[in-house]
Amino acid sequence: MQPLLYDNTLDTLFMVWWSTVYAVLIGIPIGVLLHLTDRGAMLQNAVVYKVLGAIVNIGRSLPFLILIVVLIPFTRLLVGVSIGPTGAVVPLAIAAIPFFARLVEAALREVDHGLVEAAQAMGGGTWTIIFKVLLPQALPALVAGTTTTVITLIGYSATAGAVGAGGLGNLAYTYGYQQYETALMITTVVELIVLVTLVQLLGDLIVRRLAGRGTRVPATMRVGLRRAPAAAAPLAEPATSPEAGTAAPLGAGKTP
Amino acid sequence: MTEFPVITTTGLTKVYRSGDREVTALDGVDLHVREGEVYGVIGQSGAGKSTLIRCLNLLERPTSGTVTVAGQDLTALAGRGKRANAGLRAARSHIGMVFQHFNLLSSRTVQDNVELPLEILKVDRRERARKARELLDLVGLADKATAYPAQLSGGQKQRVGIARALAGDPKVLLSDEATSALDPETTRSILQLLRDLNRQLGLTVVLITHEMDVVKTICDSAALMKGGRVVEQGTVAGLLATPGSELARELFPVGGEPSDGNRTVVDITFHGAAATRPVISELSRTYNVDISILGAAMDTVGGKQIGRMRIELPGRFEENVVPIGFLREQGLQVDVADGADGDAENADNADNTAPADAAVPTPANPAPAASPLKEGAK
Repeated sequence: MQPLLYDNTLDTLFMVWWSTVYAVLIGIPIGVLLHLTDRGAMLQNAVVYKVLGAIVNIGRSLPFLILIVVLIPFTRLLVGVSIGPTGAVVPLAIAAIPFFARLVEAALREVDHGLVEAAQAMGGGTWTIIFKVLLPQALPALVAGTTTTVITLIGYSATAGAVGAGGLGNLAYTYGYQQYETALMITTVVELIVLVTLVQLLGDLIVRRLAGRGTRVPATMRVGLRRAPAAAAPLAEPATSPEAGTAAPLGAGKTP
Repeated sequence: MTEFPVITTTGLTKVYRSGDREVTALDGVDLHVREGEVYGVIGQSGAGKSTLIRCLNLLERPTSGTVTVAGQDLTALAGRGKRANAGLRAARSHIGMVFQHFNLLSSRTVQDNVELPLEILKVDRRERARKARELLDLVGLADKATAYPAQLSGGQKQRVGIARALAGDPKVLLSDEATSALDPETTRSILQLLRDLNRQLGLTVVLITHEMDVVKTICDSAALMKGGRVVEQGTVAGLLATPGSELARELFPVGGEPSDGNRTVVDITFHGAAATRPVISELSRTYNVDISILGAAMDTVGGKQIGRMRIELPGRFEENVVPIGFLREQGLQVDVADGADGDAENADNADNTAPADAAVPTPANPAPAASPLKEGAK
């Protein structure tokens, strides 16, 4: 029972890690492009926005189990196998990319347009605005979105397990449920709960550290498990000295 | 201050279309800002002043007309389309802008915020840091370099905004209601800073505001906007010396209604040395007339003392030609209010500056709007 649990935990972590990496790497450019081509935005382009939006919506509306089956030939082409953890990474990533892209788009929309204008007024171009304004300003929301995506992927990976990808979900189902090993099933479920909780705690911690600089995370981005225990709060304080936060006298800046 | 025009707009027009509705935000604005002056554009919200300042660096593309800044025709540079091309971006990096809500990046420290325009200009790391420190020192925030904007007060944030705007060594600083989100005391210190920068660096400042006090405190010249048009512009001193100037009246409201029709109401403006002389009592003694003071205001504009007073003399205008001549001889600017009726009407117009009827210039306006300009150009 122990090696079984260990192997399947590694499988789950493997699937979730790699699919998250691809979701973030591919989802961010798509989210940025969606944001920039939206109506009234810098690169306003109705065709690009609508086509990209439609693809994203289709990707998000397909049930995951169907997606796995549909993608079997594509997966085999891409990674050589269509089963096992490696084979599961492809459909997991493809399911997560559009999901994350929408979260990116929403995160960028929360960035104050005045900041974009300020950068334009300084002579900044599109790349400057993406890399020096939009993404850094949206970073806390992007981290929150990544947390949500990871947790969603942990759930999806259990479904992937049902088609032979291994992992904790599969373990709970085949050994725990089908073979009446209730203890194993409960252990696996508890491990999943612990895993999700840890991911959420870590995500919240990072978000709060980043937000300590003054950026705000929109409430809509904070999905999933609620806040970390109060004990974690002092850790999330910004690293700067406490006095820096107190308002200095208004006239503090003396003109020479 | 020189006579060289650093910003000129000709026939600047901006029309917003939404569906089949058209809103004219700017209606043929001709602006002339001379090098080294502080130029205030004042008007109520909806008058088009915000659109105007955003057109000066083409954040907003004018529908027609031209914008020339420091000899460069930005409208010709920009080309078509929404994206700013390299030429326009290069020109923008030498036009500073400060905003009402500061628009600082909360993800960057104060110093990194000031460095952002230098990063855009591809200045190397060490030079960026040196310049940013120097600018923070200039605005009095050298000790806040490593703080984040969230840790600063409003006035400090605006100082960072100003330091950032100066990073590209601009000739021109555009200030979009920079003090409107600040309390009166902080407003004064920010205005003082802008004034100092104007004097020390020879920086031309264009600011828009809805507060007359701002114009009074730091502006050399001013323009009054109503319904997308500039209805008056010129030097503040020139405007104050212009009979019937609406800006002058709003800068120095001298109220007071005449007591009855058989009297002459005279508005007197004192400039410079005349402001401190006992002119009224001299007039009273010399001509043995009883003078009632209906209203008066004294203030300092651009370091010069200026006063306005509305007085009432017994008898009709014809009977008062000599005393009025005496006042003129004393070097005072004298405007005879033409009857209680006409004056009351003017006063109404001054109060009721709703954008709808503001597009129609009052009969008194076209001439005074032009004359102070000529004066400035001499």
